[in-house]
Amino acid sequence: MRYLPKSFSERQAMLAAIGAKSIDELFASIPTEYRLKEPLNLPGPLSEAEIISWFRTRAGNNSVGYTSFLGAGVYDHLRSVVTDTILQRGEFLTSYTPYQAEISQGTLQSIFEFQTLVCQLTGQEVANASMWDGSTATTEAVLMAERLTRRHRVLVARTLHPEHRQVLGTYARNLGLKIEEFAYSDSGQIDEAALTAAVDDETAAVVVQSPNFFGVLERIPAIADIAHSKQALLIVAVAEAVSIGIVRPPVEADIVAMETQSFGMAPSYGGPYAGVIATREQFVRQMPGRLAGQTTDIEGHRGFVLTLATREQHIRREKATSNICTNQALCALAATVHLCLLGKEGLRELALQNLAKARFTAAELAKVPGVRLPFSGPYFNEFVIELPRSVRIANDSLLREKIIGPLPLGPWYPEQTKRGLVCVTETMPRAEIERLAAALGRALALPI
Amino acid sequence: MNDKIKKARRHVSQNEGLIFEKSAPGKRGIELPPLDVPAVDPSAAFGAEFVRDSVFGFPEVSEVEVLRHFTRLSTWNYAIDLGMYPLGSCTMKYNPRVNEFVARLDGIATEHPFQPQTVSHGCLEIMRTLQNCLLEITGMDACTLQPSAGAQGELTGLLLIRAYLESKGDARRKILIPDSAHGTNPATAVIAGYEVENIRSDSNGQIDVEALKQEVQDDVAALMLTNPSTLGVFEPRIGEIADILHQRGALLYMDGANMNALAGVSRPGDFGVDVMHLNLHKTFSTPHGGGGPGAGPVLVKRILEPFLPVPVLVEKNGQPVLEVHRHTSIGRLRAFGSNFGVLVRALAYILAYGPGIRQATEDAVLNSNYIRKRLKDVYDLPYESTSIHEVVFSDARQKKNGVNTMDIAKRLIDYGFHPYTTAFPLIVPGALMIEPTESESKEECDLFVDAMRAIAEEAATNPDLVKTAPHSTRVSRLDEVAAARKPILRWKP
Amino acid sequence: MYPTDFRYTKEHEWVKASGNSASVGITDYAQSELGDVVFVDLPKPGTKVAAGQSLGTIESVKAVSEIYSPVSGEVTEINSLLTSAPEKVNEDPHGAAWLIRLKLTNPAELDALLDATAYEKFIAEKDSGAPA
Repeated sequence: MRYLPKSFSERQAMLAAIGAKSIDELFASIPTEYRLKEPLNLPGPLSEAEIISWFRTRAGNNSVGYTSFLGAGVYDHLRSVVTDTILQRGEFLTSYTPYQAEISQGTLQSIFEFQTLVCQLTGQEVANASMWDGSTATTEAVLMAERLTRRHRVLVARTLHPEHRQVLGTYARNLGLKIEEFAYSDSGQIDEAALTAAVDDETAAVVVQSPNFFGVLERIPAIADIAHSKQALLIVAVAEAVSIGIVRPPVEADIVAMETQSFGMAPSYGGPYAGVIATREQFVRQMPGRLAGQTTDIEGHRGFVLTLATREQHIRREKATSNICTNQALCALAATVHLCLLGKEGLRELALQNLAKARFTAAELAKVPGVRLPFSGPYFNEFVIELPRSVRIANDSLLREKIIGPLPLGPWYPEQTKRGLVCVTETMPRAEIERLAAALGRALALPI
Repeated sequence: MNDKIKKARRHVSQNEGLIFEKSAPGKRGIELPPLDVPAVDPSAAFGAEFVRDSVFGFPEVSEVEVLRHFTRLSTWNYAIDLGMYPLGSCTMKYNPRVNEFVARLDGIATEHPFQPQTVSHGCLEIMRTLQNCLLEITGMDACTLQPSAGAQGELTGLLLIRAYLESKGDARRKILIPDSAHGTNPATAVIAGYEVENIRSDSNGQIDVEALKQEVQDDVAALMLTNPSTLGVFEPRIGEIADILHQRGALLYMDGANMNALAGVSRPGDFGVDVMHLNLHKTFSTPHGGGGPGAGPVLVKRILEPFLPVPVLVEKNGQPVLEVHRHTSIGRLRAFGSNFGVLVRALAYILAYGPGIRQATEDAVLNSNYIRKRLKDVYDLPYESTSIHEVVFSDARQKKNGVNTMDIAKRLIDYGFHPYTTAFPLIVPGALMIEPTESESKEECDLFVDAMRAIAEEAATNPDLVKTAPHSTRVSRLDEVAAARKPILRWKP
Repeated sequence: MYPTDFRYTKEHEWVKASGNSASVGITDYAQSELGDVVFVDLPKPGTKVAAGQSLGTIESVKAVSEIYSPVSGEVTEINSLLTSAPEKVNEDPHGAAWLIRLKLTNPAELDALLDATAYEKFIAEKDSGAPA
């Protein structure tokens, strides 16, 4: 087998050196009743060419050839071949967690650069080396706020991504946290009066997302004031990180939980991506996840090490700030390389292109009879449209024209069954936008 | 050489600074296609209060500088592609490149988790095939591919246990965890809302079954076990252990980190495990990438199936389908389904072996026992019990000259290897935890043994050489104390 | 080596009483076990503690140790020097690196603690592996 570098005679020689007559002897400590007598019933073995063919067949059974207007936390942005070239280098791809700093300086320095980039983007003072994804980053931020404030009530915006809220609920249930949701207003932003009424001295944190799930930008300074008026912490989740290229970062937030998938990671049917937590320096010892810190070696050369490890599970065990061990290092590296390639001007231009495409799409769709844009708040590259009929039925029609249409909101927001979320990034050609508008017009003209 | 000239450093090591230190205004590495729709002014679109200036301090470099920068950085890393990582319980095996290729295919890398299931049959079939393979390998009844890593798999498993016990009327309070366990086990138990009770290993490094009988009271929800243990030893009385728990209505959780000792040879479902996780980035070859991503699928016996996290992959009319709502489910552990890209890689690995996966396990065990045999005369072996795919020595002999496991590990770097796992498991003071995996040739194993024997000799005759190692790396030992006292966690202009 | 006017616990804390107040710190043995101290986390003045209860933690690069109060009382002062100079715990654990000052609520508890001779014997036995 091509992955096993031993010949028959080498195996024999090794068995002889051990003093065993057969390999089975080495498994003698496993009771016989638990040792398999037959090979497992598994597909294969396949050669490299057959493996490729197997996956190509499955790949052909997905959505190649369709144009998708889906966003909702996973964004189709341009990716550079340069990023992939770096990611495919064996020294990055096949290296381990950088616990042995002397032979992991490549990983450690790139983590340090990632942490810096995240701070620059979010306006926060420190950032970690990545969490699993944006939703677990948001959850870990909430747990962090609980530790810092020693309070147990958390106010969560209904405009926070529904799956983030579900994940938070799963974790919170067993930790005695009280999660309460607060409403949004007609602008599509959170209802500040409702939030003001809800915040009290028992509130550990207020959690919002910006741009929110409807694509609308939240008024972060005003929300921060409301939270801070009762010494609650403000957590801001960022699902579409490209927005930060032109949108003012949430500097008033105490903790930012960001998903970096937009920077160089393919959608890949759900993952892997890389979430990250950024916060104020005074909170760093309560922040979960790995941290790369700068230091010097004996000869005074600059180098980098994992630091503040005593927060982590391998030292603190049951008192750890989190149970996270494996993170998303390679994905964070993709983000790092991608952001360095984009640079200051590229990031801004990318964000401007997204804004332009989305506004153009909204204008074209608004011209379709029966379509309206229900929210008045400012939006970046996603927006909600309202149809005169079920979004699902319209989407069935669009699908026949090889368009994956707006994401129906009804499953998560029962009050919005005729609304759907449209996302348009820089990758969407104008012709496809025009085709969507035309196809939607046709879909809505069909008899019910 | 003139040290004042910035580039004056040994060729292979390069004096590469931070990317921010190379910036100059106006440089960029990506050029976008021109906009084909009218441009929009953000102030006009949002209002000035929502607009930012450009990102202060952000890098401005060309494509060639970015490529060179990260290529240079990469050369400072050790990697499996270069040689062995004998890290215990990490299973640092070869990361097959065809896995990378298939994960990048159009139609796989491009799929959106919210797209209709009708245009996702290929993805669902990949998940179903992987699920079935993992069930066959572990001998369990049902599976979730959702967890992002082993630790999240552990949390999922404990939440499933809690849900099951709640359905029986009492979630109970405690999780029993051996003192030899990986730190994620107790950390996870706390997040699942349980108390941790540490149970001591016996003099063989195994579970003290008589003590266990006393420990398992009606307030114990489960025992979290790694089998084989972190010493590489298979629990000989595992069947009894499972019975003791089951008789008291408690469950057996297995941390599957050491599955590389068992795949194709023995199945946890057969020896009484109720719920377990696997680490796809260990046993199933998905790349570590400097610390992740991984995936930690969880496999369960039938009794826990109703509680699996949503979405659950089920079969409807012979087709794999995601069931998004299930009122008995513990809920969702992460957004967007799973680390699908990692799942693809793991499946490609399994397909390469098929039923022959047993050979990989046998080779891993052969390598480990070979190294054990050839080092036990120079390093102290604290436990005589048979070890399977990994072996744990201690630094007891070398300590007499003031040389400890960390020093030996650092000196091993000078011989061209990555260190083994130092100072874990906690039950062995000064531990050297070694797992070679099946990817190592006899030649590599021999080189490793020779290096370790040489270091043992040095520890006896020239201890300072070992204590000040490594000597051959780009940076020497780094000041971790300063890094922790006054942390510098980002670049500032 | 170990000041005779201190009392000691088996968790390697020392307490020095004078009248109704006391200073608490960790012993030289503890600091050498911990290694280079990087951070000290102490409770706020006004916090009430019972004997044996956790007072906070001391972090080194490789470990975190709980500090247990040897006696019951109310925290009156914490050593702010340790915020900027945690290394003092290694340099002068019995003097400049006192951790907290307490108002004692039950001075009789001191009698149950080890004196310097008993503590020195305790750590000698620990190091030799004999039963403590």
